[in-house]
Amino acid sequence: MRTPHRHRRAIGRRYRLAVAAPALGLAALALAGCAGGVLDPAGPVGADDAKILLDATLIMLAIVVPTILLAFWMAWRYRASNTKAQYRPEWSYSGRIEAVVWAIPILTIMFIGGLIWIGSYKLDPFKPLPAKTPPLEVQAVSLDWKWLFIYPREGVATVNQLVVPAGTPVHFSITSGSVFNAFFVHQLGSMIYAMPGMVSQLWLQADRPAILLGQSAQFSGDGFADMEFQVKSVPAADFGAWVQGVRAGGAVMDQAQYTRLARQSQNEPARTYSRVDPQLFQMIASQKLPAAPGPEPQNPRHAGREVSTGGRN
Amino acid sequence: MFGNLSWSAIPFDQPIPLITSAVLILGILGVLGLVTAKGWWPYLWREWITSVDHKRIGIMYIALGVLMLIRGFADAIMMRTQQALAIGAAHGYLPPEHYDQIFSAHGTIMIFFAAMPLVIGFMNFVTPLQLGVRDVAFPTLNSVSFWLTASGALLVNISLFVGEFARTGWLPYPPLSEATYSPGVGVDYYLWAIQISGVGTLMTGINFVTTVLKMRCPGMSYLRMPMFAWTVLAASLIIVAVFPILTACLAMLTLDRYFGFHFFTNTAGGNPMMFWNLIWAWGHPEVYILVLPAFGIFSEVFSTFSGKPLFGYRSMVAATLFICIVAMMTWLHHFFTMGSGPAVNTAFGISTSVIAVGTGVKIYNWIFTMYGGRVRLTVPMLWSLGFIFTFVIGGMTGVLLAVPPADFLVHNSMFLVAHFHNVIVGGVVFALFAGLEYWFPKAWGFRLHEGWGKAAFWFAFFGFWVTFAPLYILGLGGMTRRLQHINVEEWRPMLQLSVVGVGLIAISAVCQVTQLVVSILKRDQLRDVTGDPWDGRSLEWATPSPAPFFNYAVMPDVEGEEAYWNIKQRAMETQQMGPEPTYHPIEMPVNSSVGFFTAVFASIGGFALIWHIWWLAGLALLGAFAGFVVFAWRDVHEFEVPAEVVAQVDRARRAARDAFLARLRAAEGEPS
Repeated sequence: MRTPHRHRRAIGRRYRLAVAAPALGLAALALAGCAGGVLDPAGPVGADDAKILLDATLIMLAIVVPTILLAFWMAWRYRASNTKAQYRPEWSYSGRIEAVVWAIPILTIMFIGGLIWIGSYKLDPFKPLPAKTPPLEVQAVSLDWKWLFIYPREGVATVNQLVVPAGTPVHFSITSGSVFNAFFVHQLGSMIYAMPGMVSQLWLQADRPAILLGQSAQFSGDGFADMEFQVKSVPAADFGAWVQGVRAGGAVMDQAQYTRLARQSQNEPARTYSRVDPQLFQMIASQKLPAAPGPEPQNPRHAGREVSTGGRN
Repeated sequence: MFGNLSWSAIPFDQPIPLITSAVLILGILGVLGLVTAKGWWPYLWREWITSVDHKRIGIMYIALGVLMLIRGFADAIMMRTQQALAIGAAHGYLPPEHYDQIFSAHGTIMIFFAAMPLVIGFMNFVTPLQLGVRDVAFPTLNSVSFWLTASGALLVNISLFVGEFARTGWLPYPPLSEATYSPGVGVDYYLWAIQISGVGTLMTGINFVTTVLKMRCPGMSYLRMPMFAWTVLAASLIIVAVFPILTACLAMLTLDRYFGFHFFTNTAGGNPMMFWNLIWAWGHPEVYILVLPAFGIFSEVFSTFSGKPLFGYRSMVAATLFICIVAMMTWLHHFFTMGSGPAVNTAFGISTSVIAVGTGVKIYNWIFTMYGGRVRLTVPMLWSLGFIFTFVIGGMTGVLLAVPPADFLVHNSMFLVAHFHNVIVGGVVFALFAGLEYWFPKAWGFRLHEGWGKAAFWFAFFGFWVTFAPLYILGLGGMTRRLQHINVEEWRPMLQLSVVGVGLIAISAVCQVTQLVVSILKRDQLRDVTGDPWDGRSLEWATPSPAPFFNYAVMPDVEGEEAYWNIKQRAMETQQMGPEPTYHPIEMPVNSSVGFFTAVFASIGGFALIWHIWWLAGLALLGAFAGFVVFAWRDVHEFEVPAEVVAQVDRARRAARDAFLARLRAAEGEPS
């Protein structure tokens, strides 16, 4: 029997406390459905993404709601039993109405098109975030079914746990040691795929100390559902202390350790590595280290039932 | 001898598939036994299995689609209940390897073996009737198409009992679907089932492009074709353009898996991203293959039940062709999150939202079709109005997903799941149910029961929203799709509410079945005597119900848009039918078993390839080729329907309509 991650409970507790807090009152209850979601961002990227999402929704609702009402009104007004409505059996063309019905969607889409154009450039995941402080570099590797995070400058690594200083931009270089995944911390903003043999870039920032949920958003096999990591945004001052603590002890993330980690496993507890092979990320991304082996039916931790692998394994 | 096939392939340790399979096998044996006991085989063989009549093939497609819709719905029930149960410490009743098969099978079955057969079924049944011709361009090819589709559906369902199905989603993305990460037979089942049925679909596309371009009755110029025929042409053009991409893409994955090629592997220079591009270059147009004929159905329904011509017909044609072309330029929006860069994302974001212009115009044109009409709120009309409400919202969330920064937040989330169900259920499935109700009398000679149809609609409509509105909320809450187990306690209420919606949809399904049973029992009261039960406007309503196998005793001569409406108006003004025509013998294509046998060999061959039984695969290929040779060297390919038979059928039709006119005269004669 597997146990749920602890950080989930932490998020839950925070959530319940927030809702219970009398100061927030009824409004918070009304927003409860959104708390902790993508519309409750904890950083500038998420806030900008969410703003575009809401703006686009509002622009379209201005058209969609009247359209729906018009459809229902038309069906009701011209119902067969309504003798007051004039029957015009031949009426099927009006240049003016045609012009309007083409113009409304075209204008709406021009609006939305502008939003798409500006938004795509402004929120390009590869684009560095402006900041006075130098960014934190994090290299993320998706594996079956856990996340490896390497802090190249600090020389430490973690599994299923991402600690970042609040208020500092984080530059992620993301690859995969096995299949495709998507790196997604929904309250921080944009997701991006983790792909073997390729490195994606992503810039995110947490504005406040928080504990957030990180997930893979791209299905990657049997252990996918629990392939989650805890994102801990800590005050900038505490970050150095955390790094020192990690360096103080624990295993070393080298090639041998990585090869063991790359084998399939689920529900890996969060853990840290005091030192890391500085070449490791490049070796994984350039596939100098072999790709993860995939299912190993002889492995006792192997998940699921394999049917007639046909000597492929 | 049997390749990789062994007893270990049967899931003896898995009660759910085992019991399901046992029930299914017993059910199938029961039906076969009944058919044998009643001596129905000769009838089935002659009238259905070997039939090349487009109406019969259409009905068989629809029957297959409905069966698979039920199978896919069973998968949906399991997914929704599993997610509602497997929260926190609980892990539900489906282990990951089973759950992953279920959502893969759900998507595969619903798109390829439910929606596609249903849409193609309507294309088959309706198009030649609307164009005023006696069959499609290639009747026997049509039969082959159907049976190959059935063969694919069979293979997917065999995987339930022998081996496993893919655990890679409805599109098997590499490298997950490569032999390294998916060594089981699941992906192979997927590949061969889709390849076999895909060939069938491609031939359907060729058949219908040819039919619409070359097989119209005299006077049926392009701009006199009913809207549905236009959408069939557009959808068929897309099929011809994109199904080869699917075939090539899956063939490359097959080579990777079977012969160690490196098209999409993540080693040795393979590039998985290429698969994503290719599969979506087919996959996104596929959506429009489904939805354009659905738009066609709605156009017929709005016009007929408003008692008016379709508003802005030419505009609708333009919008349809616009969608047909732009549909092929949007595929990349399925992976904005791959990091293609802002320029690429902008281009595809805009091209995607531009489609909404074509769709928006259509929505307004349907609304203005009702303007000045006499709207009868019949069952097809209810589905159509429900469609406008549902689809407009689905379109809105679709455009939202086309905005890359918004997509970065909700891509691959439950929001996305809600969106595509919103457009495919609200757009395609609602249309199919409207179409079933609308054309059922033309197929069987009696209408479907109104009350049960309305009940089915209301339960489906509210059931849909109770199921999928929570999924939108969950997506905004950060829940990603395809989770077999959920760790966030806060998502529980919405997941449970969604199950309530599934229950409502299940009630709707029960209403649909009840409707069919009740209608069959009451068929004498519901009989369609004249062949024109809805006061229709296009040519199919000129035929008696059910339509004779040769459709038209005499080829219609069309003199304007809304061919049948004009004929009918003339008859009602002059209070009589046109003069009786001279009847000639009709040449009709003979039945052919080549489709059935090709599919038998394709199924055996597919199964053999899945399990690496090479000798059997070779034999099956030889068998299929032999079938082709026998067919190619046939001596007789048409038979003559004598003029007397034609005359007899047509005189009965004229008599029914004369009686109708007489009733009309009598009614007008009475003082009001």
